[in-house]
Amino acid sequence: MPTFVYMTRCDGCGHCVDICPSDIMHIDKTYRRAYNIEPNMCWECYSCVKACPQNAIDVRGYADFAPLGHSVRVNRDEEKGTIAWKIKFRNGTEKNFLSPITTKPWGQAIPQLADVAGPSQDMRDSQLLYNEPKYIRMDEGGLHTLESNGLKLKKGVYY
Amino acid sequence: MFIINPFAELSATISPTLIQGFVWAMILCVVVGTLFDIIHKRSAAYFFENMRNAEADADKQIDGREKLSIAVQTAVNDVALSGEFCNERRRIAHLLGMYGFIIYVVMTAVLVFAYPTPATPAPGAFVALWYIGALMICVGGYWFWFFIRADVAAEGSSPFRLMRADLFVVSLVLSATFGLLWAWLQTAGAAGWDMVFLGLYLIATTVLFAGVPWSKFSHMFFKPAAAFAKRISKANGSADNLPTLSRDDPEQQKRHSMELLRDAPMQMGLGIKREAPRHY
Repeated sequence: MPTFVYMTRCDGCGHCVDICPSDIMHIDKTYRRAYNIEPNMCWECYSCVKACPQNAIDVRGYADFAPLGHSVRVNRDEEKGTIAWKIKFRNGTEKNFLSPITTKPWGQAIPQLADVAGPSQDMRDSQLLYNEPKYIRMDEGGLHTLESNGLKLKKGVYY
Repeated sequence: MFIINPFAELSATISPTLIQGFVWAMILCVVVGTLFDIIHKRSAAYFFENMRNAEADADKQIDGREKLSIAVQTAVNDVALSGEFCNERRRIAHLLGMYGFIIYVVMTAVLVFAYPTPATPAPGAFVALWYIGALMICVGGYWFWFFIRADVAAEGSSPFRLMRADLFVVSLVLSATFGLLWAWLQTAGAAGWDMVFLGLYLIATTVLFAGVPWSKFSHMFFKPAAAFAKRISKANGSADNLPTLSRDDPEQQKRHSMELLRDAPMQMGLGIKREAPRHY
């Protein structure tokens, strides 16, 4: 789903150019508006779509989930800490999603890694990476289950 | 210099009627150019079609009172304060250019029509406002041109690379610059040179007002209309197909996905917007 820019909405601020990890968002030399110079090389990370303050960047959804004539739009609300998606199908069906993008105020929960104790020799010899999520287990123990980890499936996760 | 009406001084060389005729011709150019722009680019047709689509997608109808309130918000926030710009420096540069242009144009018309000769001396404040307007255009325009434009500030393009898209800003800045230089040379009594800069001033001004169909001059009429349509679409729920779900809605706070934000403050502050996009 490569991104494209509505040039009438873009004000050429450069947020998308700044954030694109593939370096394919550029400012058009003639119109001074952003554009995707090479959609084939787009990683589809949506960073530019989410970063655009004017909501001027959109994506073309894949035909298998949203046939032609659809719209996939996103609104990243930093101040509320949420991201909302709206998929509108050509028959008018809408799907709306709202998810958190942070759980703490921005910039106030940066891990102070310098203060964290270094790994012990055992940890160094282990196959696990430093800070490996605790639910991933590489040892010979039994399988991890929801029950063994004290977790429960919740409504909204499994259907 | 700041108290001498340059148009009154010019009346010794060029008839005030001719100067007034030039101003009328420029007004006519703007009206004809804007109408041509609307018809040729079909901007009005696109605008009204967009409004119709937004109304068709609307979740709720907006009454006249609400529309009036949206019009006031658009006039204050989007037009008077250039609130659509997310870059503060660019917003200030735009405000300087916009108010400078309005003061400069209005004062030019006042000085040319109401105080055309030295026999009808213009109040000092009016003359000073003409100079202040032109200076504001220069400050905002050159600041934008050399330091703020994304392709110069970030992409490293040369600030001297000109193209048709620059017609408006370049002719505006040159009109104000040549106007100021002409007025200064006229006051300094530099015979000959003042006429050279008068010629340049007239050329830049003619390009500015007669080039409407090829420049972005008419954005000053289209932009408020687009900002109004954007606010209307937000208010009626169509929102240009953008998601309208918000954490403010108590119903949305009950969503499973919002569980992680249950104890979080409603204002998380700024994330990537804390820094200017200058990392590339």
